[in-house]
Amino acid sequence: MELTISFFSGFQPSDLLYLTQAAWRTLLISILSISIGTVLGGLFGWMMYEGKWAAALTLGPLLDVFRSVPLIIQLVLFYNFAPIIGLNLDPFLSGVVILSIYCASLVANVARGGMEAVGQPMRRAARSLGMTYWQDLRYVVLPIGGRAVFPSWVGVALGVMKDSALVSVLGYIELLKASQILITRTQEPLLILTIAGAFYFALSYPISRYAATLEKRWSS
Amino acid sequence: MIEIRGLEKYFGTLQVLKGIDLDIPKGEVLSIIGASGSGKSTLLYCINGLEAIQAGTVTVAGTDVHAKGTDINKLRQKMGMVFQQWNSFPHLTALENVALAPQIVKGKSKAEARDIAAKQLEHVGLGDKLHVYPSALSGGQQQRLAIARALAMEPDYMLFDEATSALDPELVGEVLDTMRLLAEEGMTMICVTHEMSFARDVSDRVAFFNQGVIEEIDTPENIFGSPKSEHLQKFLSNIR
Repeated sequence: MELTISFFSGFQPSDLLYLTQAAWRTLLISILSISIGTVLGGLFGWMMYEGKWAAALTLGPLLDVFRSVPLIIQLVLFYNFAPIIGLNLDPFLSGVVILSIYCASLVANVARGGMEAVGQPMRRAARSLGMTYWQDLRYVVLPIGGRAVFPSWVGVALGVMKDSALVSVLGYIELLKASQILITRTQEPLLILTIAGAFYFALSYPISRYAATLEKRWSS
Repeated sequence: MIEIRGLEKYFGTLQVLKGIDLDIPKGEVLSIIGASGSGKSTLLYCINGLEAIQAGTVTVAGTDVHAKGTDINKLRQKMGMVFQQWNSFPHLTALENVALAPQIVKGKSKAEARDIAAKQLEHVGLGDKLHVYPSALSGGQQQRLAIARALAMEPDYMLFDEATSALDPELVGEVLDTMRLLAEEGMTMICVTHEMSFARDVSDRVAFFNQGVIEEIDTPENIFGSPKSEHLQKFLSNIR
């Protein structure tokens, strides 16, 4: 009869399923954060563009804080201080909140750049046709400016997806956290990190390919 | 009918329009000439409500452009404007460029807007370029596209702000021909221009701007044949 308990066991096929589920959670938190962050960032960018100095004095420095403080610090601080103000968020929601704000702070500058890229003469031409301010924004500024800054936005989105790995410090079991757990059990860090890296690549690559296709279509 | 009374416009402390009085009856073609910085273009922007004014009134078809309650977007539908830079929408084909405003501003159906657009592009001689993107058009073609885009709103007035100034010399003719065509069709037009031959041949009246005032306004024959003011004489002799 075997009495010793084995702590370590090698990499098994079922671990691949475990990693796939973790990759799904990485994808989930990324899609949510990037979507919310893009909408908020577009709004902030518009405020900074239109609000001029008022927004530049208030919103600008605030977004600078979120852009400048390392994400891991933001996550730990928010997760631990949020309960004090009555927000009892689990690691997943805390991660979504911080990643969204972080994404928004990056997208805000991209969005403002896009609006500036359209230029006053183009907007006056649109308004001279009888378009309202909002029609001009929707049908002229958004498509023209959006295309101009689309590559920058893709860069931000891919960055946020990779940075979502940091939510692992809160205990949310996404791809990186799952890898750490498996490494502890299997003692095979190189193999597991290679697999995790391949998962991240598999998540990013279709996005950058699709973005490249879009850019190509627009430029022709 | 466009009526301008005592119009004054400042950029900061710089006064660019110093009390303009001007009536443009329906069907008239008015050319505005004068040196750069004399306020010609600013006047057009004030008529269209793209620039705020500090004193006076601009009335278009009985509506005060700068009054608080005026629906400026509705009023602008009556005034087509063509700019020095043509500003075609780069993400839309020629047809879509022209069809956009009728569809979203006037609420026409997509098919109807496209019909109007095709008709107007034909009108300015771009009937074979319907599905071409602006990047594949020459400057002259893009400027005609801009004219078609303005015409698609079926305006009563057309404002041209140095429509040919940014064009290569060999492309000026086609745009001027389009403007001539509009004039012949009876469109009311205000043309800020440096093309003296156009001003002479096509206009009913010519206004000479100098430092924010209309220094002389008369028939082309009198403006070019027997200019009264010293500034105008000097301006014309510099051009010739």
